[in-house]
Amino acid sequence: MSALCVMAPGFLTTVQDLGRPGHAAAGVSASGAADPVALRIGNRLVGNGDEDAGLELTMVGGSFHFEADGVFALAGADTGARLGDRDVAPWRPCKAQAGETLVCGALRGVARAYLCVRGGVAVPLVFGSASTHLLTGLGGFEGRALRAGDRLLLGSPGKGATFDRAVDPSAIPGYRPGEPFRATEGPQASWFAPEAQAVFYDTRWRVAEACDRMGIRLSGPSIRPVEPRELATEGVLSGAIQVPPGGLPIVLFVEHQTTGGYPKIANVIAADLARLGGLRPRDTIRFEAISVSAARALLRAQEEAIDALFF
Amino acid sequence: MARLVHASDRALLVVFDDAITVAAGNDVRVLYEWLLNDPPAAIVDLHPAYATLLIRYDPLRCDPDALAREIEHRVGSLSVRPVRNGQLFEIPVRYGGSHGPDLAEVARATGLREDEVVATHAGCVYDVRFVGFSPGFPYLAGLPERLHRPRREAPRSHVPAGSVAIAGAQAGIYPVRSPGGWNVIGQTDFILFDSTRGSPATLAPGDRVRFLVAGIGS
Repeated sequence: MSALCVMAPGFLTTVQDLGRPGHAAAGVSASGAADPVALRIGNRLVGNGDEDAGLELTMVGGSFHFEADGVFALAGADTGARLGDRDVAPWRPCKAQAGETLVCGALRGVARAYLCVRGGVAVPLVFGSASTHLLTGLGGFEGRALRAGDRLLLGSPGKGATFDRAVDPSAIPGYRPGEPFRATEGPQASWFAPEAQAVFYDTRWRVAEACDRMGIRLSGPSIRPVEPRELATEGVLSGAIQVPPGGLPIVLFVEHQTTGGYPKIANVIAADLARLGGLRPRDTIRFEAISVSAARALLRAQEEAIDALFF
Repeated sequence: MARLVHASDRALLVVFDDAITVAAGNDVRVLYEWLLNDPPAAIVDLHPAYATLLIRYDPLRCDPDALAREIEHRVGSLSVRPVRNGQLFEIPVRYGGSHGPDLAEVARATGLREDEVVATHAGCVYDVRFVGFSPGFPYLAGLPERLHRPRREAPRSHVPAGSVAIAGAQAGIYPVRSPGGWNVIGQTDFILFDSTRGSPATLAPGDRVRFLVAGIGS
């Protein structure tokens, strides 16, 4: 098996695939790529399946040494990467020769980028998934972020062919930078007065420093339910926007706790989830109310647009 | 009367009651086991809690309104479904001292001696209502009222794995190291989660738990 060696790990680099939903009843959240659209496109560029595992780079990339000839693609943020003396742009397949090192720098524009290598990164699967769940040390490479000296085995390439050109994801519905995050009504939306809901949807929220794979805290005006009420702890999912007693919303993310006792005012729609993975501290975001059926139409359009990139 | 809400564009929430009741808990269990053993198409994940069941589905593989009708139909026919008989688990605990840093405070606040707190906590049988929060964490009902204490003012950033804890009317055990705000009164080596098993969580809704005193102090 060929391998990729981590020369420098960057700020926070983990092995991720599309996650392991199906174990919420055991207290395990799905984890998986924070920006699954980027991971899937990166995988398709190198002829992998959508579900193959790649490396998720956060804020600052790392350096990766190819032990054997390989094909890779970077997707997501531009990392200003270089392979030997060549610049490497994201969203296109590239060949690496044995002995070459890919050096990724600070991520530009968004918080995450993915390094997908033909054959995928091979780690022992936990409940059918390679994803790292950092908080609980489940899955991925020894359940943790990568360190210098780690040696990642690569899987054998499947039947899929490497794509022959670059793709431009900027027109994918739900994936256009700067758009509001569409959200459906949360199960406890009625706990909040219309004025409080108006504040929620009118505010340009600032992403707080506490922004990680568990959750994205927002700063702005406090919003509070009409009256303080106790919520019996219930199941929650990624994208749920819960409002703790302090009134500052938290968007639950891929490594969320599986249950929560705070009221949820709204829920980011499936088609906009990948863009949450791009958020950095101090970014500003806005929410826009949308119906469940319109959200589903957007998700369909997103899937069609991803497929259309590869025609 | 149970109600069904769209919790998001990819999840339905069945609310059996807004309060934590034994009847609602039983309904959650029955519906959960039914959907687990005979799932409608496109179900991705099921999360039972005190009085609710969160049903996550793939919106590209089903019509959410049709799925909602199917779930409503099942909710209306729960009474004819069997309930799995749970198992009784005995869990040894070393109480107090470095194993249970909040035992002394719980004793002070309740006016009990430490050994009385321990005897009370270990003197009853708890129902596993659901597993949530972190991998394998059981939410246990049945904590005697005189041990009801609010969460700690300041949550700990790291509660060690195996911590036996109480908060409000709830009892629980932290299976993995995690942040947490419950009062830690003891420590156990009992394995609550093992990712190499098909059913990774040891405890499931409907099981019962009794704590055994393996030691107090030091």
